[in-house]
Amino acid sequence: MIGLIDYGVGNLFSLASSFAAVGAEAEIVSDEAGLSRADRLILPGVGAFRDAADKLRATGLDRAILAECGRGKPLLGICLGMQMLFEKSYEYGEHEGLGLLKGSVKPIRDVIPEDYKIPHIGWNALRLVRPDCPIFRDVRNGDHMYFVHSYHAADCGDSVCAVTEYGGELTAAVWKDNIFGCQFHPEKSGAVGLSVLRAFCEVAV
Amino acid sequence: MITKRIIPCLDVKDGRVVKGVNFAGLNDVASPVELAKFYSDEGADELVFYDITASAEGRRLFTDILTEAARQVFIPLTVGGGINTTDDFDRVLKCGADKVSVNSGAIRNPDLVREAARLYGDQCVVLSVDVKRVGGEFRVFAKGGRVDTGMEAVSWIRRCVDMGAGEIVVNSMDTDGVKKGFDLEMLEAVCDAVSVPVIASGGAGCMEDFVTLFKSIPKVDAGLAASIFHFGEVKIADLKRELAANGIPARIV
Repeated sequence: MIGLIDYGVGNLFSLASSFAAVGAEAEIVSDEAGLSRADRLILPGVGAFRDAADKLRATGLDRAILAECGRGKPLLGICLGMQMLFEKSYEYGEHEGLGLLKGSVKPIRDVIPEDYKIPHIGWNALRLVRPDCPIFRDVRNGDHMYFVHSYHAADCGDSVCAVTEYGGELTAAVWKDNIFGCQFHPEKSGAVGLSVLRAFCEVAV
Repeated sequence: MITKRIIPCLDVKDGRVVKGVNFAGLNDVASPVELAKFYSDEGADELVFYDITASAEGRRLFTDILTEAARQVFIPLTVGGGINTTDDFDRVLKCGADKVSVNSGAIRNPDLVREAARLYGDQCVVLSVDVKRVGGEFRVFAKGGRVDTGMEAVSWIRRCVDMGAGEIVVNSMDTDGVKKGFDLEMLEAVCDAVSVPVIASGGAGCMEDFVTLFKSIPKVDAGLAASIFHFGEVKIADLKRELAANGIPARIV
């Protein structure tokens, strides 16, 4: 069972529909027992980093996530959920994340020219830095994914497995052991987006 | 490189897709969910569902259809029509919408833009504006293009962006339904005034009109149309190939 972590942030309806479309059993989970029952976890998220991090801590789900991931359970963070995987974010101040991956979340303005619009909204092509990443099993270099964001993961070293070009290089996906993250929305990226979710369901545990 | 988006718009009344030509004379076309799936498979980058029903029953049918579309279509969905309060935002977001478009509701109560942006984020709030030339200026019209508000369009759009509108749909009433091309002059004026994505609407009659749009105004992010897609005059897959052949970044599925 895929556990969609519900901490009051993000569009779980679309995610649940996407997993149904790839034939996976997904359930909304909102407590330690739910997280523990799941074989794999999805950390969604839309909105501001600080609000989301506060909610995760207030519900105690931060500790439950760390415990499950420590046991090797695969986790996929999506959009803000991916950003939460890092040590900290500089979105309106400085806020602590889960620290599952090394690096921090910074404004994309740092790496793109003035005349580029922010947020980065729309379909952009992936460049696979690590084509061996299991969630990209059915993704080819140059495939387009749907992005909506103003911040991205920076200084994340060799966990970067895909980037996208928007006047500068933005981090599109990360991977280290059982921890995966995508800045884009696979549940909104058509057939190729669904292939990422399907591949995640089949990542070896 | 980020691609230019092609967005079919589905006007939905009593559970069916209709399209007005110059806002009058509606023709029933097809099932919204079937049409949405068809467009998504063809390579549409996003879909807009406009609820043009006024009755409570029509509204219920609309949310049922939206839910079904969101279950079967995995590209961004924008919903508009009858959005007057943040409760309306809530209602359609819960049914699977990703973005919500406001028009007359924002004109009546501009704070709606600010409040919705605060609650759901700028990226969720799309300002849709019906614009027509009156006495040498671009004028904002309300209520589906029936009422002249007297407001100048570019300053209205700028004000809404300042309040948190994350994208702008500019619908030119002067070119809408005429099928002779987008309103380049109007779109250029809007693009020069704001730094959020601008979606062109009104006037597309053939593939060449989209090529001209993106070539003439590189700052335009997307082109929206309805009847030319519904009646098959332009196939989205062909349009994408035509854009790419002209050096315009496009997503081809």
